[in-house]
Amino acid sequence: MNAPARAPYTVGKPLRHDSAHLHVAGEAPYADDIAEIHGTLHAAFGLSTRAHARILSMDLSQVRAAPGVVAVITAKEIPGNNNFGAVAHDDPILAGDEVLYAGQPLFLVAAHSHELARKAARRARVEYEDLPAILTIEEAMAEKSYVLPSVTLERGDLQYALKNAKHRLQGSIRIGAQEQFYLEGQIAYALPKEDGDLLVYSSTQHPSEVQHMVAEAIGISVNRVTVECRRMGGAFGGKETQPALFAAAAAVMARHTGCPVKLRPDRDDDFLITGKRHDFLVEYDAGFDDNGRIAGLEVMLASRCGYSVDLSGPVNDRAVMHIDNCYFLANLRIVSHRCRTNTQSATAFRGFGGPQGMMAVENIIDDIARHLDRDPLAVREANFYGPEGRDITPYEMKVEDFVADQLVAQLAKDADYQERRARIRTWNRHSGNLKRGIALVPVKFGISFTATHLNQAGALLHVYTDGSVLLNHGGTEMGQGLYTKVAQVVAEELGIDIARVRVSAANTGKVPNTSATAASSGSDINGKAAQAAAVEIRNRLADVAGRHLGVPAATIRFSDNHAKAGDLSMEFTELVRLAYMARVQLWADGFYRTPKLSYDPQTLKGRPFYYFSYGAAVSEVAIDTLTGESRVLRVDILHDTGRSINPALDLGQIEGGFVQGMGWLTSEELCWDNLGRLRTHSPSTYKIPTASDIPAIFNVRLWERDNREESIFRSKAVGEPPLMLAMSVFHALRDAVASIADDRLIPKLNAPATPQELLFAVEELRLRDQASRSRPQ
Amino acid sequence: MPDERTDHLRTDEIRFLLNGKPMTLANPPATRTVLSYLREDLRLTGTKEGCAEGDCGACTVAIGEADGHGGIQCRTMNSCIRFLPTLDGKALFTVEGLKHDGELHPVQKAMAEHHGSQCGFCTPGIVMSLFALYKSQPAPDRPAIEDALSGNLCRCTGYRPILDAALAMHDLGRMLPGRMRSWVHSPANDASDESAKSAAQLLEALGESRRSAAFETGHEAGAFHAPESLQELSMLRARLPGARLLAGGTDMGLWVTKQLRDLPELIYVGRVAELRRVAVTESHIEIGAAATITELAAVLTSHYPDLAIILRRFASPPIRNSATLGGNIANGSPIGDSMPCLIALGARILLRSGPDTRVIALEDFYLAYQKTDLQPGEFVERILLPLPSTGQRFRAYKIAKRFDQGISIVLGAFSLRLDDGVMRNCRVAFGGMAAVPKRASGCEAALEGKAWSRSTIEAAAEQLALDFAPIDDMRGSARYRTLVAGNLLKKFYLEIEGTGSSTRVEQMTGGRE
Repeated sequence: MNAPARAPYTVGKPLRHDSAHLHVAGEAPYADDIAEIHGTLHAAFGLSTRAHARILSMDLSQVRAAPGVVAVITAKEIPGNNNFGAVAHDDPILAGDEVLYAGQPLFLVAAHSHELARKAARRARVEYEDLPAILTIEEAMAEKSYVLPSVTLERGDLQYALKNAKHRLQGSIRIGAQEQFYLEGQIAYALPKEDGDLLVYSSTQHPSEVQHMVAEAIGISVNRVTVECRRMGGAFGGKETQPALFAAAAAVMARHTGCPVKLRPDRDDDFLITGKRHDFLVEYDAGFDDNGRIAGLEVMLASRCGYSVDLSGPVNDRAVMHIDNCYFLANLRIVSHRCRTNTQSATAFRGFGGPQGMMAVENIIDDIARHLDRDPLAVREANFYGPEGRDITPYEMKVEDFVADQLVAQLAKDADYQERRARIRTWNRHSGNLKRGIALVPVKFGISFTATHLNQAGALLHVYTDGSVLLNHGGTEMGQGLYTKVAQVVAEELGIDIARVRVSAANTGKVPNTSATAASSGSDINGKAAQAAAVEIRNRLADVAGRHLGVPAATIRFSDNHAKAGDLSMEFTELVRLAYMARVQLWADGFYRTPKLSYDPQTLKGRPFYYFSYGAAVSEVAIDTLTGESRVLRVDILHDTGRSINPALDLGQIEGGFVQGMGWLTSEELCWDNLGRLRTHSPSTYKIPTASDIPAIFNVRLWERDNREESIFRSKAVGEPPLMLAMSVFHALRDAVASIADDRLIPKLNAPATPQELLFAVEELRLRDQASRSRPQ
Repeated sequence: MPDERTDHLRTDEIRFLLNGKPMTLANPPATRTVLSYLREDLRLTGTKEGCAEGDCGACTVAIGEADGHGGIQCRTMNSCIRFLPTLDGKALFTVEGLKHDGELHPVQKAMAEHHGSQCGFCTPGIVMSLFALYKSQPAPDRPAIEDALSGNLCRCTGYRPILDAALAMHDLGRMLPGRMRSWVHSPANDASDESAKSAAQLLEALGESRRSAAFETGHEAGAFHAPESLQELSMLRARLPGARLLAGGTDMGLWVTKQLRDLPELIYVGRVAELRRVAVTESHIEIGAAATITELAAVLTSHYPDLAIILRRFASPPIRNSATLGGNIANGSPIGDSMPCLIALGARILLRSGPDTRVIALEDFYLAYQKTDLQPGEFVERILLPLPSTGQRFRAYKIAKRFDQGISIVLGAFSLRLDDGVMRNCRVAFGGMAAVPKRASGCEAALEGKAWSRSTIEAAAEQLALDFAPIDDMRGSARYRTLVAGNLLKKFYLEIEGTGSSTRVEQMTGGRE
């Protein structure tokens, strides 16, 4: 009842990010910009230089004696649990007797300045006894070194399907890791409050988890810790579990010294300490028919999880559950190994395992297409989900909202895929050292946390007597525009201008027990929670307005800052004042739990997702076959946003996600040496895309159709899915490499496709081509 | 040590403009970064630290200086690695200085209107890079905008909205009412009286803060000497053999921010007029060691287009605006981008020690990994680059994981003269292939005096595997380096031969063939 009349009032408009005017003026404060309390100390970690070793002795006397140093703490000084891992409790804040990776924090020093703390931290003398270190997926597999038991997902009769398939192909691919590279590094600022309470400013996607881990590290109850985050300078999954380390350490030091403590690692330390996207090794065995339709598929996924469990369970589960991407796989067996290594503990990163699973199947499809000398797009389409009989995922969820077929057909037409592909093939026959390639790749991504209980959210909405509205919810702002979207929802429901709605910082004291802002779910769940609160307020106001105007409350509509019933209307602020005088509650909470979910994480079966988001991209690239350098020339994207709440913000997510995915698959390469030390730990050695790397032609359109599920205003989640559109770049690069051998052979290309990787793929293919041609027929 | 220093420590102050306002600082610590000063001392927190090594651009600020032609030149720099005393006599602009009476600057407005910010952390730096572009080019095209932004990483937007903002900002500027047309707010080449008046005021203020004499500032952490003339510099150099020469500081800044080193005695060469000069004589381009890469690229474009391209890809504008050719040479990194090119072109360097000078071939300057022939008390004064000769063919190729602001995996430079189809004066030099920038003697021998043909080139390319034994590191493997080095020679051949089809992937544009 009282819903706004048809045309949306605020929802659906391309409004600016609510902080845009602050961002551009340098007036948007991040945690490091908060005015420091007098007496604030600055902390720095001392880090392990060994991948796996016993600590024989740690001489910190020179650290303590360094100028400006106030305190130094080790694991022994942690009053509560020496752990920041919420899942398996296996992440020490400070190493005990053993170090498990190079970069692990050993101790924390606090000094009068950031610089003095960093200088002091380097003066430690640590004696190690090296222990055997497991660094790679292969070493871990050989040693059966896993952080969690391996998982198998099976369906149908794989052996029969493989044996009876007309064609059979085996292959493998490596998919590299990726650093989140949020521009604002990790940071926590912990302030002691009265009676042992703590206030922590943390740059975190998960204030509640930070709150819990801080309380546990100190050994106090959760209600004594408040965590606040107004905004992050980027997160991308890297601030889901990782911030708890910095917050807990800063809090322990604050407790230890009685002073406010800020902990902001330098960029290099941030790289060395924190987890990244899991790198994967994929091996497969596929059986298929003449059209490339897969009859049976066996896949082995092995990921490098690092020293601890962290989120590796759900990340790898999601990889398994995205092996299908848009394809019906009747008979299959997926085995997923979660390798324990002496490296940083791999963690969440936009897509959360989904990208790696989808890269696996896209590579398989591309191999099949090249094996059959067919257009990879035709093979993709031949394997699409379809009507009954072809609409059940390997994890037994029915795909009810499949639109990839229509969406792909539309994009192929709009982007001239077929014609350009033919032109490129002709061009390649006459070109010199440069070759071009093109690929169209679809994306289907499951929306919801696979841990069903996390799909809940809360909001708190205050209406003040001047008619202004203060909104708070459990979601965090990391640049995605969540606060703007949720404010739009509230403005819409109350029929007021967005300017009247102020969004306040995520704060554990306002909405408790929140889930991380992750899994693309931010707008979906927080929007719904805020909507519930707004509807509650609106209904109360409608009663007041109805009484005042002498009409039934149910006839009142809210729009244009007025409550209206036919010709009668009253201004919102006037109504609010009236409600106050009538002693009507002007604040409300809202709560939401995502419906329809039922999923068993033990068997990986059920309905883990509320719905799917879709998209597709065509990328065209060129490579230099003498150097391996590449360029993305043109990209066309059609992406399913449902009925977008804010098309401008959604466009930003699509473009930004795509470019981030492009970096993952091309220039971003993490290198560890043979002692397990990360050698790429700053932007001088780790290369995310720059402005000139984006395609000169970059057409992005939204596929705006109502979500078939009752999501917030029928929109769809858009945070993660676009990242995977960048698979089209990788496959276009493969296409360009394949042209070396007249598209007759399957190129061997791993991700990221750096110049070196591409040149080696070109060379290997050239040799194989020569060998195949010289071989007698 | 302190005693030894105090006799020539003169307490002094530096003077500069901060967002138009005159500032005076007594004895600033010599290696305090501009970023720390802004954020910690002044609590101007709009400027951010993203990496503290000049590679992400979150710390970008702009510097205004008299351009010598009655105008003001506005250039970006990375405040995170720039030492505070080098601001003396300059006008520093930060993101906080752009608004006008609470109204957004056209650059800021364009960014906000085009959804150019998401998380907003890189945004102040991007705004400042665009501001410098707004002030220096009236109608930048997309390549110019991409270049201006090449040192600013954004992890959220995918850059497209930022490029759109950059294309729109001048139009917003041209719509400004007169009252808002100060120098800061008016676009490049604005002819309005208001802008001219404001520029004159700024120039006057700059003149007041600018001094014409050498200065020294002292602080417990170290001394900063800023000579004005070559003579003062050589005297200081002789007097303080232990002092470090500071030029652009784009490497030395990292000694402070990353290695946390103390640098007790610095001699800043950035104010020495003779060292900043670039002169074209009848036979040479004579480049003062403290000429910045930006200044140099402008001169070299017409003489050696490929070298100008390399200098553009050398680094981002804020780095190029600070970094000097002499610094790159004296630093002697095996992957320094200028040296292989200069070596291939037969450049020599003039070294000075007091009144004594000597000239040596650049390749002879490098003795071993990070070890040069520089003698105590000596410094690089000038680089002597021969002008192109008739029939000379020169190409240079930088291979990196990323096109812009990348560190070379391999840089190959090739120069030769074609005399009736015979190769003469063959000079081939590489970076990233050895512990020093180095000529490929075997390869050169395989080319010299031979016929210009694919087979000679391929044979010479084979020689590179004998000339070099490169290392494996995070940038590339030895195998890749060797393979790509040979391929670059082949690419050189393809380009000179001119088959008509494009050879450079970075020059390809989408949808065109």
